[in-house]
Amino acid sequence: MYPKELKYTKTHEWARGDNGFITVGITSFAVEELSDVVYVELPSEGGKVEKGSSFATLESVKAVSEVYSPVSGEIHKVNHRLQKHPELLSKDCYGEGWMISVIPAEAEELNSLMNAEEYQRFAEESSKI
Amino acid sequence: MKQLLMTPLHEEHLKLGARMIPFDGFDMPVQYTSIIEEHFTVRERVGIFDVSHMGEIELHGKDALSFTDYIVTNSVMKMENGDIKYSPMCYPSGGQVDDLFIYKIKDDFVLLVVNASPNYSAKDFDWISQHKGGFDVEISNRSPAYGEVAVQGPVSKKLIEALVKLEGGMPLEELRRFKSAHGDFLGRKILISHTGYTGEDGFEIFSEEKDIADIWNSILEKGKKFGIKPCGLGARDTTRFEVCYWLYGNDIDETINPLEAGQGWTVKLDKDRFIGKEALLKIKEGGISRKLVGLYIPTGGIPRHKTDVKKYGKRVGYVTSGNYCPSLKKIHAMAILDIPFTEKGGKVDVVIRDRDVEAEVVDMPFVKPVNKR
Repeated sequence: MYPKELKYTKTHEWARGDNGFITVGITSFAVEELSDVVYVELPSEGGKVEKGSSFATLESVKAVSEVYSPVSGEIHKVNHRLQKHPELLSKDCYGEGWMISVIPAEAEELNSLMNAEEYQRFAEESSKI
Repeated sequence: MKQLLMTPLHEEHLKLGARMIPFDGFDMPVQYTSIIEEHFTVRERVGIFDVSHMGEIELHGKDALSFTDYIVTNSVMKMENGDIKYSPMCYPSGGQVDDLFIYKIKDDFVLLVVNASPNYSAKDFDWISQHKGGFDVEISNRSPAYGEVAVQGPVSKKLIEALVKLEGGMPLEELRRFKSAHGDFLGRKILISHTGYTGEDGFEIFSEEKDIADIWNSILEKGKKFGIKPCGLGARDTTRFEVCYWLYGNDIDETINPLEAGQGWTVKLDKDRFIGKEALLKIKEGGISRKLVGLYIPTGGIPRHKTDVKKYGKRVGYVTSGNYCPSLKKIHAMAILDIPFTEKGGKVDVVIRDRDVEAEVVDMPFVKPVNKR
């Protein structure tokens, strides 16, 4: 159920290598947990992100959540459409709902993340809590 | 942790796959599918809410009405059988114990529908009991014995009409807003009122606790053709917030008096006596120092309950409720601000994630309720 070509974090973000850039978003598990994101706060292009630190804030009717970067590097592009259309996150979290694209400091960082199968197991465990 | 109470519909919520949260001592559904979807179901069609957590306090006896008149700020002596009134119930300080609905059933029977609080609204019951004095009234907390659902939305009348027979053969069409009647729901005894907390047309149905699951399921079944959905506390909050109905514990509480909160129309200072009268009279004479206003936040996030509001870096009040308004696709807040900052069009800052975010003072409600459209 989770796309095979992506890598995943324990905080429910996905990352995908794209010709030297790394595209980042949140997983369908996160979307389901958050339900109805109505406000998205995004960083600026050109800023730095650090692996494991928050780069964006999502607000739903009932809660506020942070989004953590799976890798360190410089923010190349930001999906500004999300500000006007936060529903893209729930409609297409792996496509039109992407959040940022990063120029990674170390491309190998991706390898330390979970693959789809590992993440699936992790998500199943998390939802039991 | 203390065990959460369950409403008589708890099992139905679990069957429907609701996401449950603790609320005022109860394990309640916050959403079944999506808060936004449920919100629009209520605005455009019809939704059903479990509101069995609300408290029901019965007053029986010769002084049922005069006792009610003493404990609330609104005047109830001229109410007719079947009339319903909204009122704050105040402490001697003018701060609020609760806000509630008064159902005059008959001269010697008043039903108070109060907010949920831990242990079946024990807070309201204890307060009311403590002030019985010499009144000839019997006060009973019947909260556990009642089930209650709210059916809300433009087609709620059409749906309910087919299921309910009112006493005396009165058509549901003739049950005006803020009126209640006894009746029969497919063989089960009910009290039905033309009321609600969403700003849409709608009804609230009370029954014996054991009958409410059948009533809930019949309404869901019969409502299928109207696109009914079960709706949770999330949509209950977004719908009430858009029309700026007060939420006790957020917008009003023991520190906020009805004159500040814009409930002045419910404070009848010409009544002989009622709890809080002296304080409220003084506040009225001296003028209020702060007031509940609406805010519009163009960008920067959602200010939540107790968020500071500042002007030129100085605190001038706080947000009582803030949320995204699905019908407007805009973020609004209700805030209690010092009077000099309450003028419409004025700009203040709300503090969201340590940042000052601009907000504009706007009229309330943000969406007009059905009876004012």
